[in-house]
Amino acid sequence: MNDYILEMNSISKTFPGVKALNNVSFKVKRGEIHCLVGENGAGKSTLMKVLSGVYPHGEYLGDIVYNGRTQQFKTIADSEKNGVVIIYQELALIPELSLYENIYFGHEIMKGKVIDWNETIVNSREMLKKVKLDVNPSIKVKNLGVGHQQLVEIAKALSKDVKLLILDEPTAALHEHDSQNLLKLIKQLKEQGVTCIMISHKLKEITAIADTITVLRDGATICSLDCQEQHTTESDIIKHMVGREMDHIYPKRKNHEFGEISFELKDWTVEDPIKGREILHNININVRKGEIVGLQGLMGAGRTELALSIFGNTTKYNITGGEMFLSGKKQMFRSPKDAIKSGLAYVSEDRKGKGLVLIQDIKFNTTIANLESLTDGQTINENEEIRIANDFKNAINIKAPSIEQKVRNLSGGNQQKVQLAKWMFVNPNVLILDEPTRGIDVGAKFEIYTLMNELVKKGMSIIMITSELPEALGMSDRLYVMSEGAITGEFLAEEANEHNVMAMAIKS
Amino acid sequence: MEVNNQKVGIGKEIICLMKTNIREYMMYIALVLIMIFFTWKTHGGFIQARNISNLINQAGYVAILAMGMTLILILKHIDLSVGYVAGFCGAVSAILMTKYGISEWIVIPLVIAIGLLIGLYQGFLVTKVGVPAFVTTLAGMFIFRGLLNLTLQNTGTIIIPNKGFNALSNGFIPDIPLGMEIHVLTLLIGAIAVVYMIASEVKIRNNRTKYQFTNHSKPVFLSKLLFLSTIIMLIVFLLANYSGIPWTAVTVGIVLIIYNYMLNKTKLGRYIYGIGGNEQAAELSGINVKGVTMLAFCSMSALAALAGVLYTSRLQSATPTAGLGFELDAIASAYIGGVAVSGGIGRVTNTIIGTLVIMSLTNGMNLMGVDISYQYVVKGIIFVIAVAFDVRTRSKGR
Repeated sequence: MNDYILEMNSISKTFPGVKALNNVSFKVKRGEIHCLVGENGAGKSTLMKVLSGVYPHGEYLGDIVYNGRTQQFKTIADSEKNGVVIIYQELALIPELSLYENIYFGHEIMKGKVIDWNETIVNSREMLKKVKLDVNPSIKVKNLGVGHQQLVEIAKALSKDVKLLILDEPTAALHEHDSQNLLKLIKQLKEQGVTCIMISHKLKEITAIADTITVLRDGATICSLDCQEQHTTESDIIKHMVGREMDHIYPKRKNHEFGEISFELKDWTVEDPIKGREILHNININVRKGEIVGLQGLMGAGRTELALSIFGNTTKYNITGGEMFLSGKKQMFRSPKDAIKSGLAYVSEDRKGKGLVLIQDIKFNTTIANLESLTDGQTINENEEIRIANDFKNAINIKAPSIEQKVRNLSGGNQQKVQLAKWMFVNPNVLILDEPTRGIDVGAKFEIYTLMNELVKKGMSIIMITSELPEALGMSDRLYVMSEGAITGEFLAEEANEHNVMAMAIKS
Repeated sequence: MEVNNQKVGIGKEIICLMKTNIREYMMYIALVLIMIFFTWKTHGGFIQARNISNLINQAGYVAILAMGMTLILILKHIDLSVGYVAGFCGAVSAILMTKYGISEWIVIPLVIAIGLLIGLYQGFLVTKVGVPAFVTTLAGMFIFRGLLNLTLQNTGTIIIPNKGFNALSNGFIPDIPLGMEIHVLTLLIGAIAVVYMIASEVKIRNNRTKYQFTNHSKPVFLSKLLFLSTIIMLIVFLLANYSGIPWTAVTVGIVLIIYNYMLNKTKLGRYIYGIGGNEQAAELSGINVKGVTMLAFCSMSALAALAGVLYTSRLQSATPTAGLGFELDAIASAYIGGVAVSGGIGRVTNTIIGTLVIMSLTNGMNLMGVDISYQYVVKGIIFVIAVAFDVRTRSKGR
């Protein structure tokens, strides 16, 4: 007989105009690791918000049976009292407070009317020990890396006596090493009796860790796969997620010749004046016309810093040495504007924070980086602008009712396509893509890869920064590996495999 | 929100329009309600041609400040110094005309140039040195208040004799001498404005049809045109029966047309919205963020100088108290006119409506003889309600 800790039966949730969840059933066995997968917009997060009381009882249909009793959570506090704790993708820690203040934030240990800080610190130390984080609980959260912050979040959950832990894409922002650590921790928690629901896009992690996998698509449950009974592969999951077979995650490029070197860095050395130390050491890389060069490395290896220091140096690093050549000409850019003019473009990893103007529409975002070509003098040729935005929308399949749609209402994949449209309109010689497929679903990923292939076919050079190993291996013609601010390896596509790349990525 | 005239009835379309544009409509509704209220309370005195001319002259300098402020607020900055910059520049113009006997037609551009320099100084602090705009301009408030007092230290209030200068905020455009009782040129300008408005609306509509964008249905479109034409002609008739269009309206109109064109049709306008919406994204898109911000501060202070000229002309004198509280009216106008508190959104045309709301309140309450202290309280309450309403409707729109 199966012992279910949680049964969500025929849950339906409607937003104005959209049916986000349609009769979803979701059952979790006690003590298992249950992965919830689905494309963006499939309803995973909504389902978890229903469970945790963000959408209170009465705003949805259906019932929730937790620990054998029908529950009607009205707030997050309600669900937490019952041991259901959710950790969001965007961490909810307060950077300027210490670890122990964060861990007991909202459920402070009281002695009479005041907070018992001694007890708080002692307990925090114990919680941190449970998550294998060996740091002083008095340091501030902002001094920890993302991976460690994630662990603090889990420590916070443990301090609330968690029975059912929900993790929303916990490894999305983590590099391989931290991810592995986190997954190991989740397994240990399972042994201690904590049931865990994990939302993730990383299929490899899922197949490695899941006891059960539930697939959602378009607000409905597609299936629940029991991984202990039958072996489940990544392609099984993908099939259910997208509703069709996906033969190739990475579209093949026809073999083509590369042109001359279009971009090259020689002994590029950079110092961060705030940290007061060298962060990039003698970087030597190059990319040819028509080539996709991967820049793989763990988070914190210095890849984004490298890109920003090249692309007009907005972060005001000190470039202490080295030379940069673009199309054979020695260059040193003083602003992104300079760089763009010379034919270099950078697509940020942080599309919401640094890429798009979310409150404006697709048209605005498509043309903002290249308004020069739409004006003679100052006035914008609006007809031409509309034509161009429409062309891009159709050509790269941005799914929206019209180019007047506000970008903030688009899904992650479509937002990413708008970012790409913006830079395709600029038409640079060298394009740096920073984590081009982070947080977007399998279908949109495939479209973006296809697009990259088309761009290089036309002679563009692409530098692709990625922390996803399969992506780096699947898409690159050549691959640089970075670790701690230095290039530690260079591989041709056919030489590279997960082992030798990973070995270089963790080399110090 | 799609409005498709083939599928939905007119009733539904109007409801949908109300829902999606409630923010903007609220502003007009509020203005009309305020006007009706004061007309009722003053037994028709408020809506008389004489008072409307008066209202326009009173609102002129605030409208000028508010338009500059719109840019600054879209960029997520603020300028608190505009009041005393205006006061100071007004005093300087008075000194130049009375003490040095320089012609007003040289003085006005000169004073605007001084405003530009002030903008350069404040813009430099904000963009190059990195002092937050709030602090920079708060310091500016102190500095220019002091400079205003210093300028008028020896003379006290200066009475300005220059007729041309004083006409700027008290005079009316001349008429074509046909010997008619009504102001013909005013009517002519009104008619041209209506024709131009209709022509440009039709052009926009045709263009949208061409690109298969959603349009309002014909009845809605026509009633909108009719409504706007009626309003314009009504005001024009009112003014034509009195002394015609005030010069203030001409000045404000010119600045409005320039700023509206700049924000909607030019690269610079796009850059301003881009920076306001997401500064980092704008910079990484190759926009010169500092340059644009600098320009906005220069435009703000230059407009403040112009506002100072208008205010001084209105009073026909320069006083040491000029400038007190101008920034409040200007900021309130922009926010009531729909500039987003979080930046990135706003239109100068709506800001003018916001100015009319604020200045109608002032004018109406003055007519009713309401004590100035109560006036502040009332204006404050209206302001905070407008912004609260704005924030709520925007967060729902997500």
